Order: sequence, then C-alpha cells, then structure tokens
Amino acid sequence: MTGSGRHSFTRGLRLGIAPALATAVLALNFGAEARARGWGTVAPVAFSALAFSGSAQFTLLSSLSGATALAAIVAAMVINVRYLVMSVAITSSLRGGRFARALQAQAIVDASFVAAHDGDDRYDVWRMIGVSVPQWVCWTAGTAVGVLAAPSPDLMHRLGLDVAFPAFFVVLLIDEVRRSRRAVVACLLGAVIAAGLLFVTGPSYALLGAAAATLIGLRQRRSDEAVAVRTGG
Amino acid sequence: MKLWLCVLAVSVANWFIKAGGPLVLGKRELPAALIRVTQLTAPALLAGLIVTDLGGRTIDWTQVIGVGVAGILNLLRLPMLPAAAAGVATTALVRLVAA
Repeated sequence: MTGSGRHSFTRGLRLGIAPALATAVLALNFGAEARARGWGTVAPVAFSALAFSGSAQFTLLSSLSGATALAAIVAAMVINVRYLVMSVAITSSLRGGRFARALQAQAIVDASFVAAHDGDDRYDVWRMIGVSVPQWVCWTAGTAVGVLAAPSPDLMHRLGLDVAFPAFFVVLLIDEVRRSRRAVVACLLGAVIAAGLLFVTGPSYALLGAAAATLIGLRQRRSDEAVAVRTGG
Repeated sequence: MKLWLCVLAVSVANWFIKAGGPLVLGKRELPAALIRVTQLTAPALLAGLIVTDLGGRTIDWTQVIGVGVAGILNLLRLPMLPAAAAGVATTALVRLVAA
C-alpha cells in the first residue's frame, strides 16, 4: 500500500464508522430473526461473515421458509444484481491483476461504493475498502449479538433505530446530487421508479428498478450540463 | 444440511457477482456511454434505497421526520454521524410523545 493508499484507507475507516453503526442495528435484526426461524446460532453468523450482504441474507431468510431452496437462492442472487452494476462501474479504478481486482471488488457494499465515488467514473478503492472493514466487523458481530440476545423488534422500533440507515443514505445522497444536474435527475428518476414499483413488487426489486434511472447517461451530455452545481465541501 | 448449502451457494454467488466487473471486463476501457451510465449509479441507487427504506405498504411518518432532520442538519454542515444520530433521536422522541 502506498502513502496515498494508506491515507485513503484511514479516511475510509473514519467514514465507515457511521454506516457501521447502522449496519450493526440491521445485523441485530437479522440475527434475532434468523434465531427465531430456527437457523441456530452458527449458521447466521457464518452467513454474515461470508456473504456480507444484508439484502441477499434477508431475502434468503424470508424466502427459504416458503419456497424451494433453489428458488430462495435465485431470489437472493437476483437481489444482488445491483452489485454487478457497481462492479462494472468501479472496474477501471481497480488495480493489479485479475485476481487482485476481483478481491478488491469484494469490498463493494452500498455505503462503501458511494463513499468511494470521487466524481465522474473515478473511485478510490482503498477508501472503499476502509469504509467496508468496520461495516463487515459490525455486520458479523451484530449478527452474533442478535442471535444470542434476540432483542425485541418493538424495543428497536421505540429507539428509532430503523431510521439509522435511511438517515445515513440521505446524507450521502446530498453529497452526490451536488456533483451535477444529471445526478439530480438520476436521483429523482430513481426515486420515482422505486416508489412506483413498490406498488406492485417488494422493496428489493423496486431497488433494482431504480438502477434503470442510470440509463439517462446513455444520452450525450450537453456542455452546459457538465457544469457542477456543487456548493461546497 | 439444506440451510448450509443455501448459505454457501448465496455466499459464493455473491463473490462472483461482485467480481463480475474485473472478471469479465479485465483491464479494458469502458465505452464512453457506459462510463456516463456508471457515473449515475450512486445517486440513482441511493434514491432507491431511501425510498424502499421509507416506503412499502404504509409510510411511517415518524421515520420520515427523523430522516428529514438528518438531511436538513447535514445541509447546515453538521457531519454525517451527528446528523444521522440526531435523526434517530428525533424519531425516538416523536414516537415517545405520540405513544
């Protein structure tokens, strides 16, 4: 790791604290729910450590009881197709051979992907890894605590902990839409698509649909659209 | 056994999905149109994440208020962690008062 890489990684660790705390709350939910559904204590924690994907894990958890194993696995994979979009987006910023680049891409999660965005098509990979490390620790440890302590959903609701993730995402979004007018349009379109899809399908597929808003990027950018609307920071 | 097979299958599939970009594209340059699309991935997905977190069959207005407070405080230059914490505290307070 170079000096700038070390600086990026350290900055990522600092940036990762907030999403890691939100991740821990979500992990508590996952662990408690998995225990309640008879998954035991080891499998949920191992799943969190290996998969490191809340959406896929919750999907498998909810679909495994009502569907065949194959259908549940396919559903959990479809949910994570958005990571393929992110993986393609970040490919040109990865370094090293094919295996090293594939390894670096394992740090992709929603929060770290966004935090690593430097503008245009540039991503700071070491910052992304730095943001992901505390999240992975909190995701795995939070699952273990959830499995063992099984806190009641009512208590977590009363403490307002369900707000942690969307509040954190709003802060990240504010930073993103400051970059360009086109980012504002993509944000609004993504929100409208997701809201519309929520009427006919579940949150995971609505989220996948929101990615279609990126297709406005296929249109050639006019020179005046390239003007940043960033006001600070 | 079925549970462990599912856990391993989803984990391995997840590794390959995340590695999809470098494994398929290698070091080739992305076409210009695809670069423009990838630039918009973060704002579009973030908007979707917020909507799906807050939406669903019913909207919990106590949640919306907390998220709104976090956003406003961040616009007023409060850093990420205290802004999000203030949002959580606001929602907890509103629920306490409303209960």
